[in-house]
This record gives sequence, structure tokens and C-alpha cells, in this order.
Amino acid sequence: MSKVKINRIKDTIFEYVGIGSTLIGLVVLAIFIGNILVEGLGRIDLDFLMSLPSRKPERAGILTAWTGTAWILGLTALIGISLGVSAGVYLEEYGKKTRLTSIIEVNIANLAGVPSIIYGLLGLEIFVRILNFGGSLLAGAFTLALLILPIIIVSTREALKAVPDSLRQASYGMGATKWQTIWYQVLPAASGGIMTGIILALSRAIGETAPVIVIGALAYVPFVAQTPMDEFTVLPIQIFNWVSRPQHAFITNAAAGIIILLFLTFVMNGIAVYLRNKWQKKINW
Amino acid sequence: MKQIEAKNVNAYYGDNHVLKNIDMDIMPNSVTAFIGPSGCGKSTFLRMFNRMNDYIDGFRKEGEILIDGIEIYHKNVKVEELRQKVGMVFQTPNPFPKSVYENVVYGLKVQGVKNKKILSEVVERSLKQAALWEEVKDSLNKSALSLSGGQQQRLCIARALAVEPGIILMDEPAASLDPISTAKIEELITGLKKNYTIIIVTHNMQQATRVSDKTAFFYVGELIEYEQTAKLFSKPVNAKTENYISGRFG
Repeated sequence: MSKVKINRIKDTIFEYVGIGSTLIGLVVLAIFIGNILVEGLGRIDLDFLMSLPSRKPERAGILTAWTGTAWILGLTALIGISLGVSAGVYLEEYGKKTRLTSIIEVNIANLAGVPSIIYGLLGLEIFVRILNFGGSLLAGAFTLALLILPIIIVSTREALKAVPDSLRQASYGMGATKWQTIWYQVLPAASGGIMTGIILALSRAIGETAPVIVIGALAYVPFVAQTPMDEFTVLPIQIFNWVSRPQHAFITNAAAGIIILLFLTFVMNGIAVYLRNKWQKKINW
Repeated sequence: MKQIEAKNVNAYYGDNHVLKNIDMDIMPNSVTAFIGPSGCGKSTFLRMFNRMNDYIDGFRKEGEILIDGIEIYHKNVKVEELRQKVGMVFQTPNPFPKSVYENVVYGLKVQGVKNKKILSEVVERSLKQAALWEEVKDSLNKSALSLSGGQQQRLCIARALAVEPGIILMDEPAASLDPISTAKIEELITGLKKNYTIIIVTHNMQQATRVSDKTAFFYVGELIEYEQTAKLFSKPVNAKTENYISGRFG
């Protein structure tokens, strides 16, 4: 066989290996989602959304779980955004390029890779015990905010870096202070990128289970949280709890819960993709 | 009465000595052109008048620059106030990605002016002074980025004029524009001279002869010659000036 022919065959083989690898992931996911939909879609109705947990699977609902997730999402966003965006702005716009800042930079990148259970243990020690928040929404939100902080900081910095320097110069040239320049010009110009990062970070936070279990979120919470100091549960924990029950009816409940959780994550990721595309079009000046 | 007085100015970027012992006086209501080959220090010198070099790492200066008799690098001088008195127009038009109106009022906004009536008056006056009013008066809320390059540059001039600065620095304001837009900018400069002191950096020597009263020729960080424009271009004293303006180098 000629060399060319052998190379052609190699080419074809690689193409099929590539298609195969891509399909394995997609097919498994598709089967999984299909399975879940068949199992759980029929279970979703208003009662399911508005019922408290119960020993009887047909009466159990996810009201406490989704309200808990909504609480956690809101509080985590509040804490994570204010801390993350401020830190990103400081590092990118104010921080001098010294050895210290480069050490901080490397560490922030590393923090993004720390397993979430570690954040959970950190949260347990600091927020639950030392600050005495107990197994409350506030402790959960602070822990998750810590977890997503690196993502928000890094995406804020990337977005700020993409803002052309001529914009800052124009603003300084008009007698604006550094803060005015950042507030009136740089942040609005970078907002699309920052928003994208925030939403991706939050969609990660709502799926996290391990850290909230560690800080003591409960599977059985028979009331809707009223204040940030209340105990809580979230969707992933409710799902986890249901799949560990022996009765099949609880498995159906879990599937229904998974559909809700997946729907939330897909919607958030969709918004992130939309914002990113819109922003990329706008930034061509 | 001199408006700008530079006394024995030296400037460095790190170890790089970019301006050497510059002395220069600039009179009010005049147009001064800075010419010279790339890297000769003319832009650095221009940017010292509103301290835009402050942000560059490793920048250092010696000597004094007085504007209206006040040393602008003195620690009591607030750089924001200085820049309200000394406006700047950049090489590439850099309007804010906001509406035409928002662009013009920005300088007043950062000073805390909120009165809508005053702002509207300033917008109209500034855009008229920058010869842009007729073209944009019906689309003040349109994005400034939708304007043509020449219009954007006149908008940047209007933005600078809005705070009534007294001095306007222009760093090759027509470098990225077509000949018709360039002609408009030059016409504008000549008109603005009545009320403003203008300093313009340019690579275009015809432009220097057309718009300026005095011309300064810089070469490798030194001020080689500073004269009435007509005289500098017809009877240069220094051989380097003569070589440069006759196109033998640069």
C-alpha cells in the first residue's frame, strides 16, 4: 500500500473515533434525560410545586426545596456579586502589578479548582460554628458565595480587560476621577461579560449539594423559610433524599425534582449565552 | 501674558530619557503645532500639560510647567480640575459608547451638574462650536458609535469644549480621517482660536502650516527649533529642521 493510502485510512479512522467519542457523551446524556422525562414529567403539577415534604410519596412536594433554592440563590448572588465584582475591579483597575498581586492571581485561579466539599467544611467551621449562623440560609449562602467567588472575580477581570484603554483615557481627559471612570464608563462597557460570569457561577451554585449537606441543610424541613436565619433545604438535597428511599413512588418524585432543577440550570445557562453573544456584538468599536 | 510656561522640562520612561531640557512659552488664543519624527517626544510633551502621563508606569519628570502661572505638578493641584481647564482630543476618535447627548454632557456630569436646562444649552452650544450641530440635532439620543469617523472626532471636540477648558490639546486629531473630514477639523481649529489656546501634534507639515501660528520641531527628545510657523518653514535656522521639513528624513 502506498504511503498516501495509509495516511488516508488513518484519517478516516480518526474521523470515526472522533464521531464515536462525541456520540458516547451525547447519547448517554440523551438517554438519561429521556429516562428522567418519562419517569417524572407526569408527576409535575401545581400540587407538587406547592406541597410540603411528606412521608407519603403521592402527597410530598418540593415547596420547601425550591423556595430554599430561591432563597439561597438570592442571598448567594447578593454576597457573591458584591464581593466578587469589587475584588475583580480592584485587582484589574487599582491593584499595582506587584509580586503580591501575581501571587493573589495564581491563588484565585487555584481556588476555582478546589473541591466543593472543602468549601463546605470551611463554611461549617467559619459560618456555622465560629460566626454561629447555625445550619441557616445565611451560612449556606456565604459558603456557596465563597465557592463561586473565584469564578466571578476571574470573569469580571476578563471583562474589564476587554474594555479598550482609549475609553478610560477619554474619561480621564474629561476630568473624571478613577472611580467615576470605572462607574460611568468601564463597568457599563464590561457589564455583559460580568453578567455572563455571574450567571454561570450562580447556575453552578444551585446545583451544589456536598457543601450544603456539610453545613447541615436538612432533607426534611416542614416549613418555608421566612428569614435568612431559618433552616432550609435545597432541590439537590431533596432529590438525593428521595432517591435513597426504597419506595418507587419516591423515585418518580426525584425524577420530577430533577426536571425542575435541570430546567432552572438550562434557563440560566441560556441567559448567559444570550448575554455573551449580545455583548460580543456590541463591543466591536 | 504667557498662558503656558515650560521651564527646563525633562521626562523619563524608566531609564529612557525622552524629553531633554525643554523650555517653551505659549501665548493665549494661539495655535501651536508640534512636529517631528515618531518617538521624538512631542506627544509625551503634549500629554504633560494635562498630566495624562501620570498613569504610565515608570514615568518621571523634572522641571516645571506653569499654566496661568500655576505649577500644574504641584501637590495642591487636583489633576481633575486641571483637566477641566486643559481638554484633550485623541488621535483615534474615542467617543463613549453612549448617546451623542451623553457624550457631550459627560464632563459636566462628573462635575456634578444635573440641571437639564443647562445641560441642553451646553450640548447645543458645544455641538455648534464643533460644527456638528446641524448633522446630529435630530439624533442626539442615537449612539455616538453610529456616527462616521469624522463626525465622531468632531463629537470628541464638542465633548472637550463643553467644559469650556481654555486650552485644548490635540494629539494628531486628523490622523485617522479622510481628507474632507480633515479639512473640517482644520477649519474648526482656526475658528476655535478666538476663544481657546490650541496645541496640536501633527505628522502632516502642510497641516501645521495651514493651522498654526507657531511651530515647534522636536528631534530625539530635544526642542530643536520653536518659531513663527511661516518663518520656521521658510527660513529654518537649524539644519535638522531644514532636513526634516524638506522631507529628507522622518
